[in-house]
Parts: sequence; C-alpha cells; structure tokens
Amino acid sequence: MTASQNSPPFKLVVVNAGTSDPSTTLMLANRITGRVAAFAEESGRSVSTTVIDLRELSSEISVALVSQHIGPKLTKAIDALGEADGLIASAPVYKAGPSGLFTSFFHVLDNDLLIATPTVLAATAGTARHALVVDDQMRALFAFLRTLTTPTSVFAAPEDWNDPGLTTRIDRTAFELFTLMNSGVGRTIRDESWRNYQHEFGSAGGTELSIDLDSDMMKLAAGGSAAGGGPQ
Amino acid sequence: MQFGIMSVSDITRDPVTGITPSEAERIDAVVKIALKAEEVGLDVFAIGEHHNPPFFSSSPTTLLAHIAAQTKRLILSTSTTLITTNDPVRIAEEYAMLQHLAKGRMDLMLGRGNTAPVYPWFGQDIRQGLPLALENYNLLHRLWREDVVDWEGRFRTPLSGFTSTPRPLDDVPPFVWHGSIRTPEIAEQAAYYGNGFFANNIFWPKEHYMRLIRFYRQRFAHYGHGTEKQAIVGLGGQAYIAKRSQDAWNEFRPYFNEAPVYGHGPTLEDFTEMTPLTVGSPQEVIDKTLTFREHFGDYQRQLFLADHAGLPLSKVLDQLELLGGEVVPVLRKETEARRDPETAPPPTHELLVKAKYGDRPPRQPRPNPNRGDNVTGGSPYQDTEDLAASSSSSL
Repeated sequence: MTASQNSPPFKLVVVNAGTSDPSTTLMLANRITGRVAAFAEESGRSVSTTVIDLRELSSEISVALVSQHIGPKLTKAIDALGEADGLIASAPVYKAGPSGLFTSFFHVLDNDLLIATPTVLAATAGTARHALVVDDQMRALFAFLRTLTTPTSVFAAPEDWNDPGLTTRIDRTAFELFTLMNSGVGRTIRDESWRNYQHEFGSAGGTELSIDLDSDMMKLAAGGSAAGGGPQ
Repeated sequence: MQFGIMSVSDITRDPVTGITPSEAERIDAVVKIALKAEEVGLDVFAIGEHHNPPFFSSSPTTLLAHIAAQTKRLILSTSTTLITTNDPVRIAEEYAMLQHLAKGRMDLMLGRGNTAPVYPWFGQDIRQGLPLALENYNLLHRLWREDVVDWEGRFRTPLSGFTSTPRPLDDVPPFVWHGSIRTPEIAEQAAYYGNGFFANNIFWPKEHYMRLIRFYRQRFAHYGHGTEKQAIVGLGGQAYIAKRSQDAWNEFRPYFNEAPVYGHGPTLEDFTEMTPLTVGSPQEVIDKTLTFREHFGDYQRQLFLADHAGLPLSKVLDQLELLGGEVVPVLRKETEARRDPETAPPPTHELLVKAKYGDRPPRQPRPNPNRGDNVTGGSPYQDTEDLAASSSSSL
C-alpha cells in the first residue's frame, strides 16, 4: 500500500461538449469522475481531474478547422490530453449525432495524440431515441483515434436520471476505466509499440520527435535509390 | 545576410475595393514589385510556381529572366519550384539557362506542392509526393554536376548518355534551397548535399520550424559540410508596415481577414502573437525579426511575404519603400553586429565559383561537333581531360 500511496495521482481529463450551465453532459461526466476517484481511493491512489470545457474553446476549434492554427487554449487542452492517464469524453446529442463542437475538437487533434488512452464515452440527449449514438457513432471516432475505449458506454436521456440502471452503468464504466488506468496498459502500449503506429514529425501534440534515419525515404534523401519501391 | 521578398503569385480580389486584378495586371505588377525591390536595396526576389488559378506563375524562369534583364544586383529565386510535378531534366535545363542570362544572380528553392489535382495533370500522384521529390532532386543534382548522365529511377523514364544543356554557368550549379514545413526527409536531403534549408515560417507557431532546422543543422554537420552553425538556413516571414503602428493594423486587417490561406480564421491579434507575422511600425518589425535568430540560430536569408492577399500594387510598393528604406538597413547592421563569426556567408554565385576554383579561371565548356548522340565516345565537351577532376568534386 505504501508504494501506491506514494504514486502520483492519476491524471484524468474530462472533455465536456455540453454548452449550458449547469450542463447535464458535464453532470454525467462528473458522476463518472466521482466513481473513478472512489475506486482509486480504495486502492490507495488519488485522481487529479482536468475539465476541458469545449464551449470555451469553440472559436479556437473553428479557427483550427479552417486554418490549422492552434490557439493558446487549444494548445493547453492538447497538452493535458497528451499526458492523460484516462479520458472521459462527454457529448450532447443533437440531430442524431454527437454535437459538431465535440467531433470538431477531436478532428483537429493529431491522429496519434490519444493512442491507447483509456477512455469512457458518454452522451446525453433529450430523447431516448438517440440512445445508440454513443456506440454507433462516437465509438467509431475513437476507434480511429485508437483509444482504449471501455466496454460500457453511458447514455442518459431525461428518464434515465432517476433510473438506478444509469448508476449501475456509471459504476461499471468507471470501474472499467479505473482498471485500465491502474493496469498501466495504455502506457505499456505507448512505450513498447509507439513506433508501430503512423506518426508525423511533430505530431502527438508536438511530442513525436523521433526520426528513423534508416527508413527507405531517409536513404533516398541521402542520395539512395527508390527503384526497389518505397514503403507506400 | 540577404533580405528580400517572396510572392506566391496569387491573384486575389482586393477586399477593400472589391476588384480582382486581371492576370495581365498582376503580371505587370509583379515585375514592378521586383524592380522596386532592387531599387530600395533588397537582395532577393522570389516567385512561386503554380499550375492552377487563381495563380499566374506557371513559368518562373520566364518571369525571372525578364526581371534579370532589367536589374543589376537583385538575386532571382523561387518560392518554390515544384520538384515533384516538373521533370527534373527540364528544371536542370531551364534554371541553367536562367543562370546564364542572369549572370549567376539566381538560385532556387524546391518544394513539393500540396494541391492534389495538379499532380495527375503532370502524370504524377500526390501520394508519392515525398519519394518523387527526393528522387527527382537526386537526379537534378547529378544533371548539373555530370556532363553525361546515365540514370534509372522509379518515376521518370531512364536516361542514357544524357547531357543537360547549357552546362551551369562557370560549371557551378545554381545554389539550391530545400523548403519544408514538417518533413524530416527534406531536411535530411538538404543536409546530405550541403544545400540550404528554408522554413517558410508563416503558418505555424515557430516550434515546428525550430525542430526541423535543428535537425537540418545536426545532419549538415554529420555529413561533413561544416559545423551546425555553418549550415545554410533561410526563413520566410511576413510583415505589414506603416509609419504609425495603428495605421498598419487598420490598413492590413481587411486583407488579413480575407487572405486565401488564413482568412476567416484566427484573429489578426492572435496570429501576430503566435506566428512570425508583424504588423506595425518599422521599429516593431525590426524588433520581431531580430528575435528570429534567437530561435533558429544565425541564418543567411530572410524573405518577407509582401505581395499577397489582394494588396494593391501601390500599397505593396509603399511596403517595399519602408522595408528597404527603414527596416532592412537597421536589420543588416544589427544582425551583422550580433552574428556568430562562425556563421557561413549567404550563398552567391561568386562565392560558389571561388569555393570551386579558388583563383583559377572557371571551366567554360565548349561542345564537340554534333555527332547525333551523346552515347558514343566520351564527353561531348572539348575539355574531356579535365572533366574527371572537375565533375567529381561536389559543391
């Protein structure tokens, strides 16, 4: 126990795309966060949580979409995500899909920023008819980003808030997230297998700086031949 | 250090007047801009290459030769020459011709081009852009250094006994800059050959360029061309200058807001804070430009984007007056005073001739009589005996 008590707190990042205040989308994320913290405490660990409110980033996100210019608040958010041990991504559902603000934010991130980051997907909506949006649409986006998405996702329509079933699902996904974080599996994948994913120089939020000097392209750059066919 | 301007050759509607210049007007204007650059004491004029509207510069060497004929000191360059969709054989020929006509007052910057539809128009594929650029330059490098080239590659039809004519002026190839934003392979190629590396330094926060320039300097030293400090670095940048800072902001804002690349995006305030763009008085432009060397090390060439986004000719010419009259003279003095003595001088034809020949006269190739091909016999030039010695020494 002593060793784990001395371990630094888990870094948990919440991305909240809810725009009202109070926001049910953030409330849902907060309930998950609370349960993750409780599981951590039971194991003698603590959690430090950073909430990224996309509402505050909305203008920088739209600027980044059209000009690739990453503003200062977006830079801070990217830095936090790059260091995260776990992520809770919570979106309101509009028009049968997660909000454009939510998807736009993840579209401007580097493809490799969140590789193997344990992630919970959560969504709220005004009607239960949106219930499959999380697993049908959001899960696909995070599959592209190659996060370690928990098996249980959480969706809350108005009637769910008083339903003990929601609490059960929150507990389930929080435990799944905590277990993934606590196992260090995400770190292991990144540490051991990082080079097996596609990267660009300067990607992963500016942290990807390795250069393979022995690649076919590097040999071609240094006067070699491409006649044998490149890696493409 | 060399100071100059670069243009991408966009023909953009002036957002203040609502008027889009004709191609004829823009081409006339860009010649006036280049002549003005020389008149106000700038060192370099560089033009881009594009093969789609709304750009006019499909044929940089034609334009640059025309300007060379009307100038005395100005170095003509490109920003950039497309090393992907151009046949490297044609680049070798056209730019060697330009080099002769400009009496050596030229060099070129190679870039890949990022407009996907342009590639198939020239029989290429943007997905192969990087290997294409690398292989094409490997060939170009040889075409300017070997009188007779046998070559076989992946992208171009093979060459057997080919001589690129005319041979470079004084048998000294034009200086080449490799431009890149975030591709280490391009920096590696520049370093391998001891060529220059140019970072456009416009769109992104400086950290991106700092990483790549650092890598280029390390590799330049690794390949034995000199120390890291002696690597040849060029930087872009952009400024909008007025005597009074507030006038600069007011005048430039409508052009910035609708600029083709970053318009309708970041605010002018954010963009000036996070990128090398300076809007303000001559002193503000001087102050910010002097910070570049602190981030990238001492460098050889600074090009400003001055002619773009629909700015009318009169405003561009005013900009050049301020740039050449008030900004660059101070920058010359200050960079000279601050520069590390180890820094290499900026590349010129004279320096390259000196480096190759010392005090000996440069080689002047004279062809043998036409025999219909270059395949039979040895060199097509009369000084075959000297050839082995002169062509094997790289720059």
